[in-house]
Amino acid sequence: MAKEKNYRYEGISRFFRAMFGRKIVIICTAIVLIIIVLAILAPVIAPYDPAATDYYHMSQKPSMEHLLGTDALGRDVLSRLLYGSQVSLIVGVIAVFVACVIGSLLGMCAAYFGGVVDVVIMRTNEALRCVPAVVLAMALVSVFGGGVRNIAIILGISTVPGYAQMMRAQVLSVVRRDYVTAARLQGNSSIRLLFKHILPNCLSPLIVMMTQQVGSTILSEAGLSFLGVGISVPTASWGTMVSEGKAVLLENPMLGLIPGFCIAVLVISLNTIGDGVRDALDPHLRGEI
Amino acid sequence: MENLLQVEGIKTDFITTGKRVEAVVNASFDLKRGEIIGIVGESGSGKSVTMLSVLKLINPPGRVVGGDVRLAGIEENILSFDSKGEKMRNVRGGRIGMIFQEPMTSLNPVLTVGYQIAETILTHKKCSKAEAKQKAIEMMKAVRIPDAERRYNAYPQEFSGGMRQRIMIAIALAADPDVLIADEATTALDVTIQAQLLEMLKELAQTRGVAVIIVTHNMGIVARYADRIYVMYSGSVVETAETDVIFGCPEHPYTRGLLAAIPRLNDAKDRVLVPIDGLLPDASNRAPYCAFYERCLYRKNSCAKMPIPKLTGIGTNHFVACHLTVAERAARQAELLEREQRKTPKKQIREETCIEVRNLTKRFAVRAGLLQKTVGYVHALEKVSFAIRRGETLGVVGESGCGKSTLARLIMRVYAPDEGEILFHGRDIAHEKERNLKDVRREVAMVFQDPYSSLDPRQTAESIVGEALKIHHLCPDKEAYGKRVSELFRLVELDPELRKRVPHEFSGGQRQRLGIARALAASPTLIIFDEPISALDVSVQAQIINLLEKLQAQLGVSYMFIAHDLAVVRHISDRILVMYLGQAVEIASCEKLYEMPLHPYTQALLSSVPTADPVLERTRQPLKLGGEIPSVLKRPKGCPFSDRCPKAMECCHILSPELVDMGEGHMVACHLYGGK
Repeated sequence: MAKEKNYRYEGISRFFRAMFGRKIVIICTAIVLIIIVLAILAPVIAPYDPAATDYYHMSQKPSMEHLLGTDALGRDVLSRLLYGSQVSLIVGVIAVFVACVIGSLLGMCAAYFGGVVDVVIMRTNEALRCVPAVVLAMALVSVFGGGVRNIAIILGISTVPGYAQMMRAQVLSVVRRDYVTAARLQGNSSIRLLFKHILPNCLSPLIVMMTQQVGSTILSEAGLSFLGVGISVPTASWGTMVSEGKAVLLENPMLGLIPGFCIAVLVISLNTIGDGVRDALDPHLRGEI
Repeated sequence: MENLLQVEGIKTDFITTGKRVEAVVNASFDLKRGEIIGIVGESGSGKSVTMLSVLKLINPPGRVVGGDVRLAGIEENILSFDSKGEKMRNVRGGRIGMIFQEPMTSLNPVLTVGYQIAETILTHKKCSKAEAKQKAIEMMKAVRIPDAERRYNAYPQEFSGGMRQRIMIAIALAADPDVLIADEATTALDVTIQAQLLEMLKELAQTRGVAVIIVTHNMGIVARYADRIYVMYSGSVVETAETDVIFGCPEHPYTRGLLAAIPRLNDAKDRVLVPIDGLLPDASNRAPYCAFYERCLYRKNSCAKMPIPKLTGIGTNHFVACHLTVAERAARQAELLEREQRKTPKKQIREETCIEVRNLTKRFAVRAGLLQKTVGYVHALEKVSFAIRRGETLGVVGESGCGKSTLARLIMRVYAPDEGEILFHGRDIAHEKERNLKDVRREVAMVFQDPYSSLDPRQTAESIVGEALKIHHLCPDKEAYGKRVSELFRLVELDPELRKRVPHEFSGGQRQRLGIARALAASPTLIIFDEPISALDVSVQAQIINLLEKLQAQLGVSYMFIAHDLAVVRHISDRILVMYLGQAVEIASCEKLYEMPLHPYTQALLSSVPTADPVLERTRQPLKLGGEIPSVLKRPKGCPFSDRCPKAMECCHILSPELVDMGEGHMVACHLYGGK
């Protein structure tokens, strides 16, 4: 007999082939990987402490000493940029993780148990959706305070309704399929049914949504920081850097433009990867952006 | 007589992901005026593609590569016409009408049916709009749509499936074509409706002089209606002859295999079905020899060395594509018959009751309006009672909407009944809470209709089959688990080596075997089959039926077998329950029911089923059963069958009859027998 085919392996390789079919996805993945490596290595490669002020070298133009110059307090822009990428990525990943876990659990419960559970979860959800996510996040920040961890969790919570709604729809369609009935009739408990049979069949759209949300969450964090309600001041974050650069936009445009450019590149790259993942996992959606 | 339509050597390819799939290799047939021909074959044999090729309706990536189609009165090969050009459009609809399988999607929902019929007339005939409307109404009357004038302005969704198919026929016949192609036109319909439609089609063909091509996989239909049959296999016609000859002395090994694989209503009860082993050849990678070689029971080694056989005449109008001579085949057949003399495995029915159902009733509330107030009830099941003994098979038959599946789902406790008892080994489980049902779940298993949607696509075959073992802690350790899973695979005749594969790597028949293995895992005492073979091909159906019989003899489980195919149910069941609109109308042993059906509905149902035996067919007169199956929302008062019943009496419209025992467990619910 021919060598046993390993379907799982084959599935993964097909996934990567479909995802990296377009060059732009490869380029964007490379960019994101570079940013991740730089963020991890920031403590090693950053030439200066990002928070150390140097009153002798304030608002300097790029030079050999400070490759991207310094800001109004004399802090090295390159070092702040490297540390700032940490903040962006951590916030993006944690927020999406929080949102995905809470949102999918809520959505699954609403769809699976139905009735009162469904009504309570989904009406609360809709109430939350009436408040714009950024406004909600601002309100929560003013209650719980800023900081990387708080911002991540708050941004996560403010995007929970989207996940809950998507998962509910997904579970509702999967739960009616015969194989779920079959599993139930074998005596599976609800928990096992949900996590072994229903969840794995709902993963594709969830993964697509997660990859697409990382970028927009990073953007929200930058927006909050720019508005001064995000990451508190001494911590370097791309959003606060843009905000600081805004004050001196005319004298020293680089100060605001460089972190702005970084945000744009990271978010665009992440979104493109998200599209790639969607194309690979969900061929029906291909071509619609 | 001159041929009306002559089709020669159609060849159609589809190019997909770099591969060239030869869907049709060599299809030829001809048709005389007023004749009805049948084209039969399993799915994937290229029947429909041939028909679409004749009409040049193949869309890219498909392409008709060769062939010659002559239509009386046209000098050219119509395949040479531009597929979107005027000449071809005149042929379509004007000369050749076509009816498709799916009546639900082949009518445009935003146009009235009258408009859709009149549109065809206006396209092909020179007449005014008023004349077209007049003609359309005439057509609607011809296909027996009641109240045609008023319903001219109705939309397709206001009609039932059977009525929509009538409208499709009206559209196809509106421009007085010479040829009508019915591509699986009645497959999606219930048997009584199917019989009505085919009878009507035959009459229309005779009165209007239209030649009809019936494309189907149902051997019974062609036996009853076709004059001449073409058997297709893997893209080619392999045999053609008059209907009596095909069924009386089939010559091609495939035709013989097909006829040996289907159960018939007039079979001996212990006849063994002989399935055709193997799968259709891959149409993208065809061997240079006979396509049936791999599955052929008659093959000789020399067959693989010779080119693809061509149709050669062996009798009057009898053509076969096979290298063997008639004498060679006859000798081989005698040899095979000697070897095949096995009987169905003997099973034992014990007197002990496995499950008993008493007065089971389920009503679904119909809600409407802003506040979702209950406005009525769907009577899905009304007071159904029966019992199944250990080791026995109870067949449940009835048309769509009769409550067969609801019954299965109630016994499986997918939902709880409104009234009644379900006694499983004497214990009432009808209203038991889910957490107390675990041991019942171990003992009652279910096999589903669709082998594609009933297996979790993300699990391996092993974990699908072995899940029940884990849930019910039936295996003490890993080793025992592995052993049991292998045993289950072997029970359903699957190679245990395939255990790590996922469902979509299996064929339809193999998937259904996995579904059966899953049901067997926890050694249940009752298995409920909900139409387990209706999604499978004829040759595979026979494999599964044989497997089920073998398993029952081996393991002594009870079966509840739900199906709409009466011949299959007859083959496998010991007793049969006939249902109509949520009620049990007749319960009897298999022999009794088919020999002496008592209830008028059972009689009509049995006479509606065409059997694959044209000689017998001619002696049978289908019982005329008018009307549609009423919706479960609007049940007639009294007996549910009273509005269609040819023998309905006054009392039938007032009082619903109870099941009465007519002796030897033959129960019937009908006022005709109330006196006894």
